[in-house]
Amino acid sequence: MARARYFIIWKELDPRRRRVFQVFSFIIPLAVWSLVSYCPAVWHPMVRVSDPGSIGHFRVDAMVQKGAFYRENAKALAEHRKPAQGVLANPVYLPAPHEVAKSFYKAFVTPPRLPEEPWLHESLWHSIKIIIWGFLISSVIAVPLGILAGTYRIFSYMTEPFVEFFRYLPAPAFAALSVAVLGIYDGPKVAIIVIGTFFQQVLMISNTTQRLDPALLEAAQTLGARGLKLFTRVVIPGILPDVYRDMRILLGWAWTYLIVAEVVGNSTGITWFINQQAKYRIYDNVYAAIIMIGIIGITTDIFLAWLGSELFVWKSRKRSILSRLRTVYTTSRTEPETAQVSHDNA
Amino acid sequence: MTMHDVSLPSYLEQSPEVSARFRRIAERPVVLKVNRLGKTFDGVKGRIQALHDISFQVRRREFISIIGPSGCGKSTLVRILAGLDDHSAGEILLDDREVTGPGRDRGMVFQGYTLFPWLTVLKNVMFGLELSNSSNGISGVSAEQEARGWIEMVGLEAFADAYPHELSGGMKQRVAIARALANRPRILLMDEPFGALDAQTRAKMQSYLLQIWKNVDITILFITHDLEEAIYLSDRIVVLKANPGEIQEVIEVPVEHPRSPEQFLSQEFLATKKRLEELIHPAKDAEDMLPIIRMTQVGDDVY
Repeated sequence: MARARYFIIWKELDPRRRRVFQVFSFIIPLAVWSLVSYCPAVWHPMVRVSDPGSIGHFRVDAMVQKGAFYRENAKALAEHRKPAQGVLANPVYLPAPHEVAKSFYKAFVTPPRLPEEPWLHESLWHSIKIIIWGFLISSVIAVPLGILAGTYRIFSYMTEPFVEFFRYLPAPAFAALSVAVLGIYDGPKVAIIVIGTFFQQVLMISNTTQRLDPALLEAAQTLGARGLKLFTRVVIPGILPDVYRDMRILLGWAWTYLIVAEVVGNSTGITWFINQQAKYRIYDNVYAAIIMIGIIGITTDIFLAWLGSELFVWKSRKRSILSRLRTVYTTSRTEPETAQVSHDNA
Repeated sequence: MTMHDVSLPSYLEQSPEVSARFRRIAERPVVLKVNRLGKTFDGVKGRIQALHDISFQVRRREFISIIGPSGCGKSTLVRILAGLDDHSAGEILLDDREVTGPGRDRGMVFQGYTLFPWLTVLKNVMFGLELSNSSNGISGVSAEQEARGWIEMVGLEAFADAYPHELSGGMKQRVAIARALANRPRILLMDEPFGALDAQTRAKMQSYLLQIWKNVDITILFITHDLEEAIYLSDRIVVLKANPGEIQEVIEVPVEHPRSPEQFLSQEFLATKKRLEELIHPAKDAEDMLPIIRMTQVGDDVY
């Protein structure tokens, strides 16, 4: 029963299989998309006219509903006129994967329609700037506040009830207000990101702080640490990797507020690009832009995850690049005889 | 034949060397004095008396163990001594000064190691030294030198730059001991420090601890539930009983120093063990027998 090993609860797969299945997670949606795009039998409700024949209101390359096309042709045949010809196609809003792939390149090299409009890369950069500013402003206040609330009860009681209340208020609800206060340019957009991120951030960081192993605080106390020293030497270093992980998750959330934020005031950034392309009915560009947000998001996250595992070697339980280099370039460092990198005290 | 049937000398009999040693200890100054200590807390079923009227003294460089059945409050007691929990009655005097709250004069080694995972072995041992830097004016360099000395003493100089997660349980506990000793506490409190280790590592750690105790000016108060461990390591054993946690007896261990594993079978060792067994596991009562219905066939007996 070789198949049975996939259905053992929480049983880790070997690295090769794991990678195969991880690739599958992308291949499956792509395969579904390809099936719908390249297999006319699956959907294809439209006909792209290649030769209008005798039918007056058909044009070359026009998209016609399958039913209407067949009706017109049946009528033409009955009247002994030349029927139209065409190929089955999907609606214009569902381009095939290869068209989207092409527009990945095309979208970057196509100049904007109007001279004062930004190029795609300029739009993307504008979006990234909004995210960075929003996330930065939120973090500068929320991280210290969250850590304080997670450490000292007084801060917890003085902030958390209000934060709990406020986090239910949807950030887009503040759109009109933030335009009134901050104008129509980037101010209100950054404000939406801040409002969307800040309150979750305070609660999340506070929660993380409270999960610090209390035995470490006790150990530090028996070693003579007290008061502020306890805070700076145990609480902060102890929670840092978990706070870092929270920040990664929150950065993802900040991106989800981006599309809403960018239509506030004057539309800008990647949202402006998407809406503009949709207006021109260039849907392959729309898909390309949406996928690009995903790619930027996941690359940032993978990079930050890697950076985190290098910064917090003790948490990732691996050896940092520095220490690996040291082993390569120094002759003999005694290897731990009974060392174990196992889960014995996880 | 159980151990209780063997004819053994009384645990109260001491060889001349042993009683001379206890006389010498009695002349040393008292480091820790626990005076009528009590602890109550409110549980679901009302007020619970965890510890009641606990009094004992520990003299300089004495090794004293506290032993008792589970629930006797021995961990509570050591946590109170460390200042991590409050007591409700009595007082604790360290060098005749009353202590409240945790402090560097009472080092503690926990069962769960509690090494700071983000610090290397060296930095862990330096933790207490660096804290006192500001007040004592010790420079960082000398703190590091001192820490390295302690790491060397527990035999881990090759691992000074390793992180705790790279070490085995026994090695972690050696670092924890070095870290506590580096602070030069007046007394070292150890709360079942070897409880999580396997039998072999535990035996090795016991021998390490005796060596450290012999060579370092330190008084040790050791919590354990392992009778043999208590006898092997201690000068005196404080036996607690549960509900409420009270002192049952303070036993002077008649086993000679220096201790070695061969002594586990000596008459004095066995006599002390027999006494401890009597105190901690009193005569078999009915609740030890499970009300099991026989579910095997006739003729299929295991004995």
